[in-house]
Amino acid sequence: MTWRRTRRRLGRLLLALLLVVIFLYATLPFIWAIATSLRTGAALFDPSPFAALPTLDNYRSALGGRTFLRSIANSVAVAGSVVLLSLLIGLTAGYALGRTSFRGRRLLLATILAVSMFPQVAVLSGMFELIRVLGLYDNLLALTLSYMIFTLPFTVWVLATFMRNLPIELEEAAMVDGATTMVVLTRIFLPLLAPALVTTGLISFIAAWNEFLFALTFTLTDEKRTVPVAIALMTGSSAFELPWGQIMAASVIVTVPLVALVLVFQRRIAAGLVAGAVKG
Amino acid sequence: MTGPGAGSPLARAKRRAALPFLLPLIVTLLLVAGWPLLRTVWLSLTDARLEAGLAPHFVGIANYTYLLSDPEWWSAVRNTVVFAVTSVALETVLGVLIALALNEKMRGRGILRAAMLIPWAIPTVVAAQMWNWMLHDQYGVVNQALLALGVVQDPVAFTADPDLALWTVIAVDVWKATPFMVLLSLAALQLLPDEIYEAAEIDGLGPVGRFFRITLPLIRPALMVAVTFRSLDALRVFDLMYILTGNSAAAASMSVYARQHLVDFQDVGYGSAAATALFLMIAALTSLLVIAGRIQAAPEEDDR
Repeated sequence: MTWRRTRRRLGRLLLALLLVVIFLYATLPFIWAIATSLRTGAALFDPSPFAALPTLDNYRSALGGRTFLRSIANSVAVAGSVVLLSLLIGLTAGYALGRTSFRGRRLLLATILAVSMFPQVAVLSGMFELIRVLGLYDNLLALTLSYMIFTLPFTVWVLATFMRNLPIELEEAAMVDGATTMVVLTRIFLPLLAPALVTTGLISFIAAWNEFLFALTFTLTDEKRTVPVAIALMTGSSAFELPWGQIMAASVIVTVPLVALVLVFQRRIAAGLVAGAVKG
Repeated sequence: MTGPGAGSPLARAKRRAALPFLLPLIVTLLLVAGWPLLRTVWLSLTDARLEAGLAPHFVGIANYTYLLSDPEWWSAVRNTVVFAVTSVALETVLGVLIALALNEKMRGRGILRAAMLIPWAIPTVVAAQMWNWMLHDQYGVVNQALLALGVVQDPVAFTADPDLALWTVIAVDVWKATPFMVLLSLAALQLLPDEIYEAAEIDGLGPVGRFFRITLPLIRPALMVAVTFRSLDALRVFDLMYILTGNSAAAASMSVYARQHLVDFQDVGYGSAAATALFLMIAALTSLLVIAGRIQAAPEEDDR
């Protein structure tokens, strides 16, 4: 009996150790980025944790730079408009796909799934051409439009699945009372859909906020850069010495809101990712 | 398929409403996916260049014959496949292991589960820059730690050394993408009822036997879906290689190769051919995986 208990305790101890290692593995790189962002000069290159008193100089110069604040505003505008547009389109399409039957429904669903598997680079030249024809080159609208290719399939898929699982009696009662489809959707389904909308909206926001390839290719001037491109292209006064302190400060600035969102909504996001992938 | 009989007034009313409801989706998808894809395929058969004013000429499959004879393309194919296979395999094993650990009833596992999401939430570009700095060949904390511990005699050029660059990219991807695997594995694990383990205890299965005989077969379908998603993601990798290794051919992926020709060399026709080749590869693999894994293609009645 005692041997069994010792073994159990040992197992718990090993598990606890393992969990600590996992925690450090997941968080240390970000913590190191924060630590670096608080240092300047020679302290930057000293690995000791007590090399210097923390300073906010890097944050001052990152935010004081000519265009970084502008990039943040651009990213907010693009990600925000992407979320609104994909929720709007996803809501109506999700209703049609989730609650009605029509010929070609399965084909449409399969197409949506196929689009979500497109490699972005496969549409890059065609999209570039389209954007130039529409006169949207170096315009944030080009990003809002092109990001639909990865946010829409996911949004429609999750919302359709979610609506499919709502009880049918809800809309039957309303329809008998003479409500139109639009009324059913906005008055009855919308409140019930709130959790699903928050989830898909958040995931779309994060995806749009983080996107790099389209943003790098479809914008040209510093005034139109989004945050990931701005951080990727950050260079110092000399080409040989990258301003690591500033890059880390900028990285922390754009990541902290994201990490906060994720921590606050972690259950929602986890549920959304699972819903999007489970039926894959 | 759903709701009342297809002939009922309600069903008919809803069917009438379906088309206008679907129209925005269909138009948007045609505009941002269908049309650009078709144009890319068409451009891949021409000698189009990025400079305006040059009307492209049809050149047949010339771009493709050149593509197939370019050793750099084949190196990009090799890099992409090695990257995808290795990183997804590591992420799956690590993801399941971590999910098993997080599934144990322990104090503080909520905090841990939240912490696991951090790498997933960090923008890929930021993650790449963070690791670029940590792996810096002179001042990086990783090199300083390795030197202090006496593991290496000289600092390692993780991202610049052609023999190491690809493995460095893989390691960073594993850090960034394992949380996704953990999340999906954890969701599958939490659906398993406790009773099956009680039965296993009676049968005298040890923890390892329990995992391979009971847990793994039960979470396999969910795991297959996660592996499919990650593989498709890994095959189109771009950001990590672009930031970590620049356009260095030693670690360039197919996406990096295609964009380099498209934008940097302004060779739209040839770049489109490379992009189309990648698309065909992914499409073929997807069909294989869908057939092999019998992944369901629609949210159907029976899985309510």
